[in-house]
Amino acid sequence: MSNMFPSPTPSQDETTRLPQVRAVGVNKIFGREPGAVTALKDIDLEIAAGEFVCLLGPSGCGKSTLLNAIAGFALPTSGTLEVCGKPITAPGPDRGMVFQEYALFPWMTVEQNVAFGLEIRGLSKVQIAEAVDRLLETLGLREFRRRYPKDLSGGMRQRVAIARVLALDPPIMLMDEPFGALDALTRRSLQDELLRLWQAVGKTIVFVTHSIEEAVYLGSRVVILTYRPGTIKRDIRIELPYPRDSNSAAFNEIKKELAQMVHAEHDRFALDERQGLTLD
Amino acid sequence: MGARLFRVLAVPVILILLWQGFSMLGYVRPAILPSPVAIIERLWLYLLPGQSFAESTGVLDWLQSSELLSDMFASLHRVVLGFVVGAGLALPLGLLMGTDRRVEGLLDPLVQFLRPIPPIAYIPLAILWFGLGDPPAIFLIAIGAFFPVLINTITGVRNVDSIYVRAATNLGAGRMTMFRRVILPAATPYILTGMRIGIGTAFIVVIVAEMIAVNSGLGYRILEAREYLWSDKVIAGMIAIGTLGLAIDVGVNRLNNHLLRWHRGIES
Repeated sequence: MSNMFPSPTPSQDETTRLPQVRAVGVNKIFGREPGAVTALKDIDLEIAAGEFVCLLGPSGCGKSTLLNAIAGFALPTSGTLEVCGKPITAPGPDRGMVFQEYALFPWMTVEQNVAFGLEIRGLSKVQIAEAVDRLLETLGLREFRRRYPKDLSGGMRQRVAIARVLALDPPIMLMDEPFGALDALTRRSLQDELLRLWQAVGKTIVFVTHSIEEAVYLGSRVVILTYRPGTIKRDIRIELPYPRDSNSAAFNEIKKELAQMVHAEHDRFALDERQGLTLD
Repeated sequence: MGARLFRVLAVPVILILLWQGFSMLGYVRPAILPSPVAIIERLWLYLLPGQSFAESTGVLDWLQSSELLSDMFASLHRVVLGFVVGAGLALPLGLLMGTDRRVEGLLDPLVQFLRPIPPIAYIPLAILWFGLGDPPAIFLIAIGAFFPVLINTITGVRNVDSIYVRAATNLGAGRMTMFRRVILPAATPYILTGMRIGIGTAFIVVIVAEMIAVNSGLGYRILEAREYLWSDKVIAGMIAIGTLGLAIDVGVNRLNNHLLRWHRGIES
């Protein structure tokens, strides 16, 4: 069991010391003057290996933009953005992405979806089968292995998406509101499962959410972004031990504190929305 | 079950009975519109093998000696050949045009111009270029099948949800993997719709082509019957065309459902 997710990085100690994700003066501007929108402005952020960072903020605050920049889908307009000391130029399997819309390949069965990245990596059939078995077992997908995504519930689909990313054993997992479309109960059980996985395999997770509750429940650190332009408003370490009790006084204290900051940003968003200035 | 069968058959049966009644009362001349019974008799004769069954020549030869079956086989053979040529050219071209904006920009005006020209309009040129016999017929059928497959393939590739491309890129997919395992399967619902329409068009064109360029097949037989004023045989041929067309469509539909069993729209 200890070797369930063997890490590909040989010098674990060295990578732990370096920040795994580093942003210095990152700007992202969409469109051109006039009418250009500054989505991210002067973002400085260092994420260490093994952290669970929640990017929190209202719609339009640029949290997904930042995540997509780290993923390499949309590079910053200016500034430095590095992963393990190397500038980000393109998407890569070292930064596994879990999308809100699952993005499973509907023409592949559950096991084919999970095996996809491993096949690209060129592993042998036996190695792939072993890895897929292990992941399906871990995420409770065993009896669904030959189903197509259309025959799965939202929660099951997101499990498959997580398994698909975990298969490549990326040091960093990027999650873009992954549980946003799920009902409350499924959401909580997937949150618990994600925490369990995170603690077991020690990955760095960057998790975008607009739910304050979710950010406080999951994050070892919560980064609150401002609404347009997206800047870092606050960067807070959440010291509560896991598993966290969302009914405890300490939990709600933190939640309340964050809520005030987020709501101030949301009010600015709502004002723009009334004036028809949002462009989601 | 009985009630449903009744609903399905009620109107056709009543119409056929009325038709038979009018024919028997002599209101319609048989040369203009033969009676249903006459048509069925003719269809039966048309179907009956010309030679008696003999062990030495085998079942296939015996079936081939049926004029109807050999005509059906000839038409089907041409449809398949023409379709394979037309779709075989349209599919790679469509994939290329769907993925590469520059290629699409270069070829799209020509495609849009040629597309509305019905294959029938090519008949004189087809005969001029390919003479008589199968080649001009296959050429015409290929044109009929080409455009539906082409247009749908382009649309299919164009409509591939970008999230699949992003997910695959994130998982490390290169160009070939992306194309073969993501874009192609994501576009199959459109491509198969194009093929279904293409087969339908091919089937229409084969009948016309056989009326002009060849001397076998259902289209030829109908025209031949017209020469002799055998209206009953004309209608028998039409019934054969309808049956064959329906059978092809059902077959293609089954195949599509199997290939698209992962697709949301289809309940298995």
